[in-house]
Amino acid sequence: MVSIFSRVKDIVKYSMMYACMTHCTFEYIGDFVVCNGPSMEPTLHSKNILLTERITTRFHNPRRGDIIIAISPTDPKQYICKRIVGIPGDRIVLKNNTTDTKTEEDALTAAASKKQKLKELQDEYVPRGCIWIEGDNSENSADSRYYGPIPLGLVKSRVVCRLWPIKEMCML
Amino acid sequence: MAFRKFVKSVLLGIPIGITFLDCVGYVARVDGISMQPALNPDASQTDYVFLSRWAVRTSNVDRGDIVSLISPKDPSQKIIKRIVGLQGDVVSTLGYRHEIVRIPEGHCWVEGDHTGHSLDSNTFGPVAQGLLTARATYIVWPPERWRRLQTELPRRRRPIQIAKSASYYSQ
Repeated sequence: MVSIFSRVKDIVKYSMMYACMTHCTFEYIGDFVVCNGPSMEPTLHSKNILLTERITTRFHNPRRGDIIIAISPTDPKQYICKRIVGIPGDRIVLKNNTTDTKTEEDALTAAASKKQKLKELQDEYVPRGCIWIEGDNSENSADSRYYGPIPLGLVKSRVVCRLWPIKEMCML
Repeated sequence: MAFRKFVKSVLLGIPIGITFLDCVGYVARVDGISMQPALNPDASQTDYVFLSRWAVRTSNVDRGDIVSLISPKDPSQKIIKRIVGLQGDVVSTLGYRHEIVRIPEGHCWVEGDHTGHSLDSNTFGPVAQGLLTARATYIVWPPERWRRLQTELPRRRRPIQIAKSASYYSQ
């Protein structure tokens, strides 16, 4: 009787311990994500398995071109996978559904040369603490062009590499 | 030998502690005057509140709840505010760009109780619900202030129109 009891106690103890360690790893170091949906094609396809890391996102130091996982601003239960196109201070110019990002220096020269043109276009700065994200498949992606810049606090992790399918395993 | 055992139990204890803080909740100090009179009614002493992570795990918050959220302006800062409106509600604003705002899908409207001395949705607009981190449930310190924090909204700050159901947009 006593041995059964102590055995159950052991099992509970060890499963608790491992559950907690797994939680910490997935929450603070990195985790695996299964992609779903067409918005990141041709870079990522549905059912790709990605390895993501959560260490650099803690410093809130976004870089243009990184692929990130964030909580969807329109539905807090859903996650989205997009590419960072603009960081705070960048100027976003929307032109027939395609986006040009301009760093602050570029913006000045470009603005001077295309002053007339830009007036007709939608054109805004990415505010402090926010980023502009877009899917690679610009025709089929709900992203910042639809809901505007998203706060950096929603960014959960950065995609490091694709693990599955094995043939297409690569760094991203 | 005893030392080794101690180190081992510390190493095993840390993940358990972190998981507990992440899933159940933690105690945090409230800075500033933006939530007067509910929190920090007297500037000389600061309140400590219990922030329940468990309460927001399914993001089912209610109007009038006091929540902590990541500031939309500065992601390294956390702010504590009261929820005034949820998605689909129409709220009257106090000095925002538009006088009346319909809160977009997945967002909420947060305000400090101390109107005029609070950096809240009247400055930065509706915030994404994904930024909510926890709900403040109790004041735990100082002991004479120990109490449960009520879910209440001043009558004058109720939304003009309340969305018919929580799933206003997902129909």
